[in-house]
Amino acid sequence: MQLTDSHKQYWQKNMRITGLLLFIWFVVTYVVSFNARDLSFTFFGWPFSFWMGAQGSLVVYVLLIAYYAHYMNNLDKEYDCAEVEEE
Amino acid sequence: MAGMTPEGTGGLFSGGTNAAFKSQLNKVYTWYTGGFILFVIVLAVFEQMGMGRAMIGYCFLGATVLLYAGIGVMSRTNDAAEYYVAGRRVPALYNGMATGADWMSAASFIGMAGTLYLTGYSGLAFIMGWTGGYCLVALFLAPYLRKFGQFTIPDFLGERYDGNLPRLLGIIAAILCSFTYVVAQIYGVGLITTRLAGVPFELGIFLGLGGILVCSFLGGMRAVTWTQVAQYIILIIAYLVPVIWLSVKQTNFPVPQLIYGYQLEKVSAKEVELIKDPKELEVRGIFKERAVVLGEKLKDVPAALANDKAVAEKSVADLKASNAPAPEIAAAEKVLAAVPANADAAKAAWTKAKAAAEARDKPLAGMPRHAAQFAGDPAGDEKAKKAFETSRLNFLALIFCLMVGTAALPHILMRYYTTPSVKQARESVTWSLFFIFLLYFTAPALAVLVKYEIFSTLVGTPFDQLPAWIGQWAKVDPALLSVSDINKDGIFQLAEMTIGGDIIVLATPEIGGLPYVISGMVAAGGLAAALSTADGLLLTIANALSHDLYYKMINPNAPAAKRVLISKVLLLVVALAAAYVAAQKPADILFLVSAAFSFAAAAFFPALVLGIFWKRANKAGACLGMIAGLGVTFYYMATTQVWLRGVFGVTSPIELWYGILPISAGVFGVPLGFAVIILVSLVTPAPRKDIQELVDHVRYPILRGDTVNTIAT
Repeated sequence: MQLTDSHKQYWQKNMRITGLLLFIWFVVTYVVSFNARDLSFTFFGWPFSFWMGAQGSLVVYVLLIAYYAHYMNNLDKEYDCAEVEEE
Repeated sequence: MAGMTPEGTGGLFSGGTNAAFKSQLNKVYTWYTGGFILFVIVLAVFEQMGMGRAMIGYCFLGATVLLYAGIGVMSRTNDAAEYYVAGRRVPALYNGMATGADWMSAASFIGMAGTLYLTGYSGLAFIMGWTGGYCLVALFLAPYLRKFGQFTIPDFLGERYDGNLPRLLGIIAAILCSFTYVVAQIYGVGLITTRLAGVPFELGIFLGLGGILVCSFLGGMRAVTWTQVAQYIILIIAYLVPVIWLSVKQTNFPVPQLIYGYQLEKVSAKEVELIKDPKELEVRGIFKERAVVLGEKLKDVPAALANDKAVAEKSVADLKASNAPAPEIAAAEKVLAAVPANADAAKAAWTKAKAAAEARDKPLAGMPRHAAQFAGDPAGDEKAKKAFETSRLNFLALIFCLMVGTAALPHILMRYYTTPSVKQARESVTWSLFFIFLLYFTAPALAVLVKYEIFSTLVGTPFDQLPAWIGQWAKVDPALLSVSDINKDGIFQLAEMTIGGDIIVLATPEIGGLPYVISGMVAAGGLAAALSTADGLLLTIANALSHDLYYKMINPNAPAAKRVLISKVLLLVVALAAAYVAAQKPADILFLVSAAFSFAAAAFFPALVLGIFWKRANKAGACLGMIAGLGVTFYYMATTQVWLRGVFGVTSPIELWYGILPISAGVFGVPLGFAVIILVSLVTPAPRKDIQELVDHVRYPILRGDTVNTIAT
């Protein structure tokens, strides 16, 4: 079948949000860890990079996935791609 | 659809509409959680009334295994969609809990806090790697696999890459990583049942195996799912309670995750003191001396051996001649018996002892400073700079392998086939990570609190006043915990203790001074973690063989009931094989688990992701990419990892690429896999039109005008 413009736009938006979230994931994981030595200022007792590794990045991961689910579920509705769920 | 009309036998685990089903589940699991807490309280009361420790252990072991078996019996099924994907009606929240239990293995529950205790910041690679991987699952895989809607991961490879060869490669890779992983789980089950009930290791394995089999054998994915939810609830309660208790004890604040930064500050301050402490240095000096003496002996083994023997014989003879008391003579005879029999044995024993003595001549008993990021020093001399660079590179590489491996382990991905919709698959990844997060952000807190306890109350205590748990654990296994007064000053120094990582979580209740019933609960939690992961893994292997190999490749006309029957028989065979391997106590179990991540990452991740996001990826590219990725990962491990080198008889000198340790071999396999798939696909013809339409089909939850239908029933 031929994809409509609306379909193509849906996929583009999906790619854009995926890329953006992946970028955030990359920064909190690798950029912070790479510079861990320099980011060791005290943060409520923890050195900051230690806190990021132990809690901060994890919180970001959970929020990131939750936002993606929320965004995509809305996008499905907006572009008429949402499933009809049996209630 | 078969999945929507489950057989009536399920009782609690079947229902009418999805909403009714969900509210029924809420009711069942609320009662269940209340029941579990009541059970623990009742046991606690019995303990106060004088119930023995062994009895408490039996109660926990018996009650939990019976419970899992009961859920298995209630969820029994022969329907294919029920057996393989729990009828695709598992609500997002419950799939999240089940994934959490499926995911958190004996290594997460028992091992991780111990690793953090021993390695400090470096251990955080596991925390980030094993959670951040879910971002990749959510963004790249879960919703698309759910839309595809078949039964297994090789299914996707077979359909998307058009043929049996990609499917076969998928089967091989799935079995390779799942089997290494399941052996480690069953080994963990054996360890815990041994501790909990005092049965022999082999018997413990088969007891645990019974619990696993009753459940997955009767009801496949359906039974496994509802058992895993039950197991998650037990394991999270068991993990959190002792840490909260310890936190209240140390800080008067019941949320350890928020407060342990200050404990970490105190630990860091204490570390500075301990490194300079004269008593600690004295103990280290004794080890250094021992290593030097052993080094001298190793220079001329036969002479040193003869000398040792003569000294020991003389001491026995002297004691006997002077009519010394019997225990003294026995001790001297023991020394004589311990003298190595010949020069080769002596050389091996002394080399080992020398390495051990050298290892103990290190500050903080060999542990790096807890909050220190990486080894070495970027501002130091050439060697320190290099150590810093390598340590940082390995930290990042390990995170990468664990993350990508998480997003490629078939037993995890398979769980996202079980939700009712794409929407719920997305939400279910959020729930999965949330439930995993609860344990993972507690583990570093636990490690710091235990370290604080040991540094502040244990170090400096006279030996005759050490708490009872030290003696008890040292009796269980000296490899896990041993304490001896090396410098004979009667005071405990940090350098006088060796502690294994696996003990930290199991001993936390005793370290915190909690009643034994909590120790029993923690062990039951560890058992739940190991059993739930083993369930998921065994099912993955059995399904790969029965569904993918037998049904899709050998006998496509097999009726559903026969496929399910074959899967059940295979499950039994695979479980027995895994138990057999685990009973041999393979040498390097932790390495095997980590290796599974690198294998899964290199074999599956590039082919799955490109299959969804790049229509041009074709069969030739995928096959060669999977082979190349897995191949280079395997090659690197086999030539650099000590134990595998022994297995494959590799004798060439170890050559590390960029200083990367074998545990992170996937860091080479994954990019190579991507590169090969892309390059080979570009020089070979594009996939057929219907395959490209399949890609569109999985990209949209609903595609108007779509003619592709891939849902398997």
